[in-house]
Amino acid sequence: MISYILRRTFAAVILLLVVTAVTFAIFFLLPRLAGQTADQLAQQYIGKSPTKADIAAVKQNLGLDEPLYAQYWHFIKGIVAGATYNLGPTTAHCDAPCFGYSFKTHEAVWPQLTSRIPVTFSLAAGAAVLWLVSGVVIGVISALKPRSFFDRTFMGVALAGVSLPMFFTGSLAILLFTYQWPIFGRTYVPFTENPAQWANTLFPAWCSLALLYSAIYARLTRSGMLETMNEDFIRTARAKGLRERNVVTRHGLRAALTPIITVFGMDLGLLLGGAVITETVFSLPGIGQYAVQGITDNDLPPILGVTLLAALFVVIANLLVDLLYAAADPRVRLS
Amino acid sequence: MRRSALAAVAAIGSASLLLSACSKADDNGGDGNKSAGANAATKGVVNASTQKGGTVTYEYSDVPDSFDPGNTYYAYMYNLSRLYARPLMTFQPGPGEEGNKLVPDLAEKAGEPSDGGKTWTYKIRSGLKYQDGTAITSKDVKYAVERSNFARDVLSLGPNYFQQFMQGGKAYKGPYKDKSPEGLKSIETPDDTTIVFKLNRPFQEFDYLVATPQTAPVPQAKDTGIDYVKSIVSSGSYKFQSYDEGKQAVLVKNENWDPKTDPLRKQYPDKIVVKLKVNAETIDQDVQAGDAIDLGGTGVQAATQAKVVNDAKLKANTDNTYGGRLVYMAINNQVAPFDKVECRKAVEYAVDKVSVQTAEGGPIRGDIATTVLPPDITGYAKADVYATTGNKGDAAKAKEQLKACGKTTISTNISARSDRPQEIDAATAIIASLKKVGINASLKQYPSGKYFTDYAGVPTFDKKQNIGLHMMQWGADWNSGYGFLQQILHGDAIGASGNTNLSYLNDKQINEMLEKAIATEDDTTRNGLYGQIDKRAMDLAALVPLTYFKVLLYRPSGYTNLVSTSAFSGQYDYLNIGTTKK
Amino acid sequence: MTELSKTGAALGEPAPGNAPDAFLAVRDLKVHFPTDDGLVKSVDGLSFQVEKGKTLCIVGESGSGKSVTSLAIMGLHRLGARGKNVQMSGEIWLDGKELVSADPDEVRRLRGREMAMIFQDPLSAMHPYYTIGNQIVEAYRVHHDVSKKVARKRAVEMLDRVGIPEPDKRVDGYPHEFSGGMRQRAMIAMALVNNPELLIADEPTTALDVTVQAQILDLIRDLQKEFGSAVVLITHDLGVVAEIADDVLVMYGGRCVERGSVDDVFERPQHPYTWGLLGSMPRIDRETSERLIPVKGQPPSLINVPSGCAFHPRCPYADIPKGDVTRTVRPELQQVGGGHYSACHLSPEDRTRIWTEEIAPKL
Repeated sequence: MISYILRRTFAAVILLLVVTAVTFAIFFLLPRLAGQTADQLAQQYIGKSPTKADIAAVKQNLGLDEPLYAQYWHFIKGIVAGATYNLGPTTAHCDAPCFGYSFKTHEAVWPQLTSRIPVTFSLAAGAAVLWLVSGVVIGVISALKPRSFFDRTFMGVALAGVSLPMFFTGSLAILLFTYQWPIFGRTYVPFTENPAQWANTLFPAWCSLALLYSAIYARLTRSGMLETMNEDFIRTARAKGLRERNVVTRHGLRAALTPIITVFGMDLGLLLGGAVITETVFSLPGIGQYAVQGITDNDLPPILGVTLLAALFVVIANLLVDLLYAAADPRVRLS
Repeated sequence: MRRSALAAVAAIGSASLLLSACSKADDNGGDGNKSAGANAATKGVVNASTQKGGTVTYEYSDVPDSFDPGNTYYAYMYNLSRLYARPLMTFQPGPGEEGNKLVPDLAEKAGEPSDGGKTWTYKIRSGLKYQDGTAITSKDVKYAVERSNFARDVLSLGPNYFQQFMQGGKAYKGPYKDKSPEGLKSIETPDDTTIVFKLNRPFQEFDYLVATPQTAPVPQAKDTGIDYVKSIVSSGSYKFQSYDEGKQAVLVKNENWDPKTDPLRKQYPDKIVVKLKVNAETIDQDVQAGDAIDLGGTGVQAATQAKVVNDAKLKANTDNTYGGRLVYMAINNQVAPFDKVECRKAVEYAVDKVSVQTAEGGPIRGDIATTVLPPDITGYAKADVYATTGNKGDAAKAKEQLKACGKTTISTNISARSDRPQEIDAATAIIASLKKVGINASLKQYPSGKYFTDYAGVPTFDKKQNIGLHMMQWGADWNSGYGFLQQILHGDAIGASGNTNLSYLNDKQINEMLEKAIATEDDTTRNGLYGQIDKRAMDLAALVPLTYFKVLLYRPSGYTNLVSTSAFSGQYDYLNIGTTKK
Repeated sequence: MTELSKTGAALGEPAPGNAPDAFLAVRDLKVHFPTDDGLVKSVDGLSFQVEKGKTLCIVGESGSGKSVTSLAIMGLHRLGARGKNVQMSGEIWLDGKELVSADPDEVRRLRGREMAMIFQDPLSAMHPYYTIGNQIVEAYRVHHDVSKKVARKRAVEMLDRVGIPEPDKRVDGYPHEFSGGMRQRAMIAMALVNNPELLIADEPTTALDVTVQAQILDLIRDLQKEFGSAVVLITHDLGVVAEIADDVLVMYGGRCVERGSVDDVFERPQHPYTWGLLGSMPRIDRETSERLIPVKGQPPSLINVPSGCAFHPRCPYADIPKGDVTRTVRPELQQVGGGHYSACHLSPEDRTRIWTEEIAPKL
């Protein structure tokens, strides 16, 4: 078990390195290959009509005058060992893990990420609870009464939920519940400040996001339950004289839920890397919003930082899913 | 170009249309506020009040380049930063072009030119204090100019006019690298209240330059370079209570600001909150609810626009104002066959400007333009060199010019910014007009972030790709003819990349007139010259003016002292906005 | 199925609606499933009885209705998504209680306690995520209000009783950790944990190899003796029948075609289908490479059951009776000896002749 985790961790580190290298290549190597010069890049971070000296100064300060492999190396080194940055009158040391400073705003990336994680986490966790519970409940009921009115209605709603874009549901939720009937708050409040207000503000975002996902989970649960409820062991459970409720929950759902855990873990991991559209629609200062900003500004350090963090979440989620799966299904052995 | 926030506004199309449909039934009647009528804030101050207290909230869909007054280039930040950073000069709060009038802020009075406009002397007011109670001196102004214009390696986001105009400006490396006590020698501070700028050439609009936030004082001892944005020392009526990068800033009253030293600021609200990265649709909703001001000042989203202009009651709360910008199409003088003036004139006549205006969003989004200078810029003179009936273009005249150029057809490309749907639509309309006279243009789209650095602004790229026409928008750094025209018409401004002179016009006469104008002390003569330059540029068919950009602002009902000023692209003047809400 | 001949009528039982003397009595049981293609008559008028301490084997091809019969007794086919549509009639009497018309919850309470069932494939029939012990404990606690600890002790006891070595350790094992035979033993332990008086075993040895099969059958027999329960064993394997049965019921197309004591059916079979089954039975004591009477053709469709005798399309003797009788008239079950019944149009003489002259010598 320990050696399994160690091996997985090692693989994860390699994977993260590859992810950063690919991200780096997409945003910096490709434009370079397409003919963009370091001068042109530097110019994006200067106000207007820069002199040659301005460009050279910015280039040097951002490290853009170095060869690409050196820039990449410095980034990786910063994460492991920290780095020193020029603030102007003084220099600042940025402790490991140092994800560098934004080219555009010159803000350190790491504090930005850490201050945004709680927001994205709040969004993801709340929505996840909602969609998991509602998706599974709807899926189970639908599976127990296939082709019933309930089943058809909810599967129809589920289809709509998957198809409707967040732009639509999110905006509608905002319009209805923060303006038409101002039940919910508009500005994100940290949990530590005021838990009630926190939940109150996030609720429309949770619901919108949960609608999208619970639709998927309802369908997943439904098909899983339909399959499981036809299994021989369900017949056995009934033959024991168990109440149908216990047959469904202890035996049917227990087996049908296991594959859902896998999907759930991955979805949650992905979401923690930034719910880009939801955060944009609901103006939540999370990771996704930061990523959008970085991409808009062609700002390498934030982009790399978010990518790395997102990849890290996915990797961790993956590992947890595998461990959970092993815990849930005794037939699975980790090796 | 002082950047407008326009570029960053994301389109959330389908949903917003629906939202507007949904809220049709929404009746906003009962708040008791009498509406001042449409465009009231372009004619006077709306909701004038001296009521104190409350919180004023600004919301913005993006993040500004920086709150550091020495590291910003956005009009709305120029506007907002005056609350905590007082420049030597600023603009008088007033409607429309009245707002273009320069008034002394930190300075006692306007600059005194000498040596034919090469030396400018300012006296700052006495009794000025920072938020910590320490005295503000002229040396702090000098230091602020030095850090913002010369330490380009770290504070690179603002303009660098002082670098261009100060004696020895090219050689000075800024206060972070050059630690000599005297700093830039061409800025002198003979005593704590006097500051003297020595320029390398006559510059009669220097008062405009010192009206940028770059002259707002920064105490050297408290300057932390890049990190200064986190601990800005206020010289204005408000100071930072908190600053959360990329998310929110909260300003509260600065007790050490003395109203006796300040004829402009009134310090009405107790608190000012600036929320960043707020969804554009949400901003519109908040503005209509009377709870916020759109910091960017770019106007409401398309869906909200459709909703408010079709409802007389709502329309009465809007201001449709010029944004100090020209929407145009540059004709590249260096790409054949547009090196010939007749071919350029053929384009001038061919374009149906009404179709372009429609593509841009109709008259609400801009009036049809016939000059380079928009009406809200000092120096504007009405003219229409290529007048056509109803501005719909004249195919016959265009073909005539084409013939004179020795062509029957032209094949070229037109560049536009891929992330600006209205620009794409306008270019598409132009392509249709040009096709009627035999000019076949294909649309080439490039991302706006690299439009100047990598694509349209690179002359070799344009020639290689045969891009003869460039979609473009321009707003001035300061609202004078020079501020507007120099960057887009002066031949000396052409470089290897990053050009904003997309006509690539290098006309000796225009270059000379620009230099002459800026050296002319008399305002009337100077402004007359701008009209001539405008005329000359049009005679040369350097560009096709399309529309004078307009924005549709919605006046939040709960806020007081709202006045739309030309000084800041039609935005409300942020200096004295208060609230009636508690 | 004893003393059938005593009480008149074809079935020799009390009139419908009255409790029978037998421990388990099934009367005119019909189980039909409506489907999109038509009504599936899985069981179409089946009657039989089993006494305590006795073993009835139901044999037949797959699709003959034997499993449906067992599920019907347990009340299981009515549960689940498809249970709603089942059409069921007739009577099932268990220890004086009628089950077809009984409240479903009442039947549930009998399940596992008075009647228990062993399934064919213990790997799929046991929940993969719970330990063997857990599953036995669960079965016990449904019907006994005892602590988990007590129930666990009982589980270990049962595992020990069914011959699982080191039961106190194996009790915490998962089904996939057991061998096929051990798994079936565990399954039996689970079924018997509540001392049921009726044990239904649906092909309990089919998934096992031959040596293990014998062990399991021995076990069932031993346990039956010990607990005195009635056993209904469903199989298609006459070898198993010979091994364990007291009585045999041969099903074809949802109906009984022959039933009697194991001696009757093996020594004096009265139905061509039974002959076919006997003929296709592998026998260790004979070296007959030639299968005399393999039952040719496909089992009948349960939606469109052949007219007349359902077996007539496959019956080599269908033309012997005069006229169209085999194709038009459904043969009723008739007593052919003491407690021996058969549903066939052949005259007793023909049957005896064919059996003794044509079939028996070749077996």
